Formats: sequence, structure tokens, C-alpha cells
Amino acid sequence: MVMLLGKKIGMTQVYDESGRITSVTVLQVGPCSVLQVKTGETDGYSAVQLGFEDVKESRRKKPQVGHAAKANTVAKRFIRECRLADDAEAEYSAGDEVTVSAFADIKYVDVSGTSKGKGFAGGMKRHGFGGFPASHGTERKHRAPGSISSFASDAGHGGNLKKGKKMAGRMGGVRVTTRNHELVSIDAEKNLLVVKGAVPGAAGGYVEIRRSKKDGK
Amino acid sequence: MKTELLDSVESKSLKKEIPYFEIGDLVDVQCRIREGAKTRVQIFSGTVIARKGRGINETFTVRRVSGDEGVERIFPINSPNVVDVRAIRSGKTRRAKLYYLRQRSGKGIRLPQRHSKHTVTK
Repeated sequence: MVMLLGKKIGMTQVYDESGRITSVTVLQVGPCSVLQVKTGETDGYSAVQLGFEDVKESRRKKPQVGHAAKANTVAKRFIRECRLADDAEAEYSAGDEVTVSAFADIKYVDVSGTSKGKGFAGGMKRHGFGGFPASHGTERKHRAPGSISSFASDAGHGGNLKKGKKMAGRMGGVRVTTRNHELVSIDAEKNLLVVKGAVPGAAGGYVEIRRSKKDGK
Repeated sequence: MKTELLDSVESKSLKKEIPYFEIGDLVDVQCRIREGAKTRVQIFSGTVIARKGRGINETFTVRRVSGDEGVERIFPINSPNVVDVRAIRSGKTRRAKLYYLRQRSGKGIRLPQRHSKHTVTK
């Protein structure tokens, strides 16, 4: 399996054999249920639909229950599809359970999640603008974005701005993928995956973990 | 629940036994040093002036004066590179952080000795 679903638990540090300390993120991964296997004939593309974490019984919706029942399981909170190559034979069938041990011989993973929402952020924080000097006569515009265009410039002209001009606005709360996390350790008993470095989102947020391209070779 | 899972990961990096020493102790810290392919143990001795942090983040600060220059090293207590900490002599202290020693020099850096069981030389 090339993808698993999980939850960010938090960050800590561990020592490696040489005595060096590394910052790691602990992820609770799986067990994921295979809810559905999509094939070219029935759905037009091949994919495996995975579900993670049960929905509380009182909050289950009937369509969710029905969909999950086809895989002999209960409704799941976090459902994502893992796209397969069109000619690939599905290794899994609906109702199967996938655990962290599927990542046993993988060295690098990519992690996708929803980043922490930063609210309405200015240009300096959101896009890394330089701002203005703190002194030398600068008044009331230390963190201002500066000029956004002139009458005829590449950033737009004649009163119109180019679409996508970097300005202040909502930041964070979007899907972010961080790549090539070294896999530090796997705890199959507790369903834990320990990866090097920081992962998008707050603790408790849902994440997708995929095998890195770097790992392929 | 969540911290429990974090602790389970952390606990693998924690030492089973942490050598006992107190603030104000004169200690010999045995630290492993790698020189090329060889590793050897180097001793850094001085006074423990601070201990902070919890669990995997716990560190202690050792201060010594060599020549006229004060030298401080901060050691993570759980680091495998800190092989052992031997308390040689206890000092009488009235506070948990001895940062005031930084302002002192000469005879002033000496702490009055306190007789304590953990420093009795075996």
C-alpha cells in the first residue's frame, strides 16, 4: 500500500545511535479500513478508498453507515482515496484492514494535512515581504506591502491589478504536503509512526501519509 | 491519551537511571567525544548551577572557571553522550539557580561545603 491515513499526535525528540538528537513527529496511523475498491470498469479509474477512525455511534449518518456496511465496518470520520495505476491489480478488497506494518520497508514518506489557520495575515507573514526600515524617517508603514503596481507595469496597468497579486489575506487552513520525511521508527502495537521533522497541521489533525518518490528507487 | 503516546516514543530515548546530583555540587561529567573514528571519554568538571526542563528536555548547566575565563556547558541529561555524572563535593546553596556565581570571581565562586551522603567517595 502506498498510502495510509492517520492523526498527528505531537512532536518530541529522540536520540539516534550516534547520540544526536532529532526532532520527530509522532503520528497515529491506522488501522485503516478499505471501504471500497474502484476499478476502471465500474468507476472509470482505479483507486482504493480508505477510512480512518470510527464515527461516534450517535453521529453516524445513514448513507455513511450503508457505505461502510458494504465493507463490513462502521462509518469512518476521515475518508480518502488512494489512486492506483489503471492497469494495477488491487492488492486489497473492501473490508480489509491496513495497518502501519504496511510501511515496514519504507524509508521516506510524504505527509499531507491541513495547515494551522493563521487568520487574516499581512504581506510580511503571508508572503515573506520585506517590509520597511524601522527608522530613517519611516512612519506608519513598517510592515506595509509597498506599491502594488504603477500605471503600466508587469503587475497590471491602468487601474487594474493582475489576478493573484500577493497581498494580505487569509493564511493557513489549506492543504499542505511536506515531502521526504525520514521514517524513524514504527510501533505496530500502538499503531505509531515516528517521522523526522514537522508535519502540517495541529496536533489531533488528520493526515495522509504516502510513500515518497525518493523512496521508490 | 495523546501525551501517553508521545511518552511511549520519548521513553525509548530516556536513560533508565539518571545519576544523582544536586544544584551546587562539584561534578565530573564524563562526556563521550568522537574524534574521527575513535570515541573517548572526556571529563568536564565544575559546579552545577542550574537544572531545567522535564523528561527528554531536561538539561543541567555546569560552570567552571579556567584561567580567568568562566566556562559553562549545558548537558542534556538523557544524552547518550553524557556517560556519567559523578558528584564530588556538595555545596551549600539557598536557591535552585546559581546564576549569581557569574558575577563573582576569585574566592567568591566557592560555595561553603555541605556534607551529603551522595557525594561520599566510594
